Amino acid sequence: MVETQYRFRSDEPVGDPAVTVDSFGEQTNASAVRIEPGDDARDLLPFLSRIKLVEVNFPGFGDGRGYSAARILREAGYDGELRAVGDVLVDQLSNMRRCGFDSFAPEREINAADAEAALARYAEVYQPTTDGRLPIWAKRHAGK
Amino acid sequence: MYQYDTYDQALVDARVADFRDQTRRRLDGSMSEEQFRPLRLMNGLYLQLHAYMLRVAVPYGTLSSAQMRMLGDIADKYDRGYGHFTTRQNIQYNWIKLDEAPDILADLATVEMHAIQTSGNCIRNTTSDQYAGAAADELVDPRPYAELIRQWSTFHPEFNFLPRKFKIAVIAADTDRAAMRLHDIGVQIVRNAAGELGCAFYVGGGMGRTPMIAPLINGFVPLDQFITYFEACLRVYNRYGRRDNKYKARIKILVHEIGKEAYTSQVEAEFAHLLTQNIEPPIAELERIKAHFADPAFEVGVPDQVDRSDPDFALWVDNNCVTHKQAGYIAATISLKPIGGIPGDASSDQIRLMADLAKEYAFDELRVTHAQNIVLPHVKKADLYALWQKLDAAGLGTANLDQIGDIIACPGLDYCSLANARSIPVAQKISERFAAKAEEIGELKLKISGCINACGHHHAGHIGILGVDRKGVENYQLLLGGSEGADTSLGTITGPGFDEDGVVDAIEKATEVYLAHKQGEERFLDTYRRVGMAPFKEAIYAPKTTQNGEPAHG
Ligand code: SF4
Repeated sequence: MVETQYRFRSDEPVGDPAVTVDSFGEQTNASAVRIEPGDDARDLLPFLSRIKLVEVNFPGFGDGRGYSAARILREAGYDGELRAVGDVLVDQLSNMRRCGFDSFAPEREINAADAEAALARYAEVYQPTTDGRLPIWAKRHAGK
Repeated sequence: MYQYDTYDQALVDARVADFRDQTRRRLDGSMSEEQFRPLRLMNGLYLQLHAYMLRVAVPYGTLSSAQMRMLGDIADKYDRGYGHFTTRQNIQYNWIKLDEAPDILADLATVEMHAIQTSGNCIRNTTSDQYAGAAADELVDPRPYAELIRQWSTFHPEFNFLPRKFKIAVIAADTDRAAMRLHDIGVQIVRNAAGELGCAFYVGGGMGRTPMIAPLINGFVPLDQFITYFEACLRVYNRYGRRDNKYKARIKILVHEIGKEAYTSQVEAEFAHLLTQNIEPPIAELERIKAHFADPAFEVGVPDQVDRSDPDFALWVDNNCVTHKQAGYIAATISLKPIGGIPGDASSDQIRLMADLAKEYAFDELRVTHAQNIVLPHVKKADLYALWQKLDAAGLGTANLDQIGDIIACPGLDYCSLANARSIPVAQKISERFAAKAEEIGELKLKISGCINACGHHHAGHIGILGVDRKGVENYQLLLGGSEGADTSLGTITGPGFDEDGVVDAIEKATEVYLAHKQGEERFLDTYRRVGMAPFKEAIYAPKTTQNGEPAHG
């Protein structure tokens, strides 16, 4: 298993192996699940209360379905660990963070200095997501 | 026009730093070309046949004179003294060095410009009506809506790796001058029975190898929900658009395969969910943007007549200028299609001259049109003759808007690595061949693509030309009867293709058929629609007869 390189949470990591979306419903003691690009993240919504870790796999960085999967889970109130795994590159970290990912297990290790710079680069954002950052339009019209 | 505040500027500046860093990592070898490729593409940098090409975004085709001047200076400093205006209302430079690309972006950022999302599988530059804010027939100026879309789509975290590129156009007049229904999403600003403004959403149009006209999926989305509606449309596409075959990955294929009804109901369900997420900018933000697009200080009571005593000038007025909403003003198109020229090309001197003239005569504004021309949107009629003289002296006074010489052509095999055939030399030949007859032929929109990707919009030309590869030889198919606009239609292939000279001859025959069958004020397209393909086909493929009446061989 690939190691988690970045984790932006303070709780204890889950040790359980992640099971597939298809089998998660039946495995009533499972607490970790892995989403592949073709899976429907909404299939997990009935089980959110017992999920502690969702891995979203990016077999190739160019397949962006995992970004929607992440937002759908966060929008539904999921607050457990959301980990991007697979072909996760430094230039995607910031967008992944904004979509709700809070841990990263890249196939190839990311240079730490590059990652830090990439995550800090964009101080302002136009779109609200569930990451809590205020969009530019909210700042423009604050207090009006 | 829109001006950045510190937030907009901060984002563009951050992008420059970002790209400088990415380029450094590529040049020092810490990033592979494979990893760099999608990043440079998302910033408009393509590797073409001979060099890098940089595509700079011109949001909804609107430029200030300071921006236009910078585009001219960049052409001198980093390219070979030319810029190429594109069908996406953008500008491209064809001879860029990778290590200089970050410097170009830094220069652009000083005039509130960038190359963000001008390529890659993301939301591209939003286009609009080139006469926005000037057109007599518009409901409102569509550009504030396009600007709000620009902000929403810029660095949208969810939609950077869509199945395919995504193009949006916004109009606000019934006459569609932006080919709105040939976009992934086309929006028309409309007024409902209650007198409120809203957005009509057309989704799933496009050109390429499977051209489709976008169906209407929602006739009225209120202005305080339309960004949310966009988000729903995009999310459904991002999740369900095909990723197994890049030729079937555009949203038009999804809408076509699952059907308009199924797509629409998925969007409506996602929309209902997203409305609970409070992602819509407040109406106050739209109002803030609208204030930037207030009318310039038009003079009232100025003469509404143009002195037509110079016949060359009168012809240019008739062909290249359109009615303005304000009495005493006119919108003038500068043709970048001189006889025998490269469609859409302008020299750095011409670009700077247009910038100066915009400052002097057009309230500091220019527009790039999707037909690869430049518009000065607000010219006082009393100034028009002086303006035309200056344009004409610089080779910018060609009076051929929407005529056979006003050709849209993609870069083709001269630059593009995907091309099957050259587009530019064909355009040049046609321009020369028909220069003397263009006025008699009248309105005839001719469009050329160098391959099936259709960047030259050949499906939508009254006459379209498609370059194909036939056993390693350049070959050209001819299409008739396409149109974009309120009466959008797709062209039909005449039959077997031609070589370069053969296709020009075939077009000549087609124009002869038109002139022979023309009734009253009919345009080429009208005659074609009335009489159909048969007489054209017959003339185009008639066997050449020799002296003894035998068909020629070869
Ligand atoms: S139509 Fe083909 S040849 Fe022309 S620019 Fe597009 S991809 Fe290149």
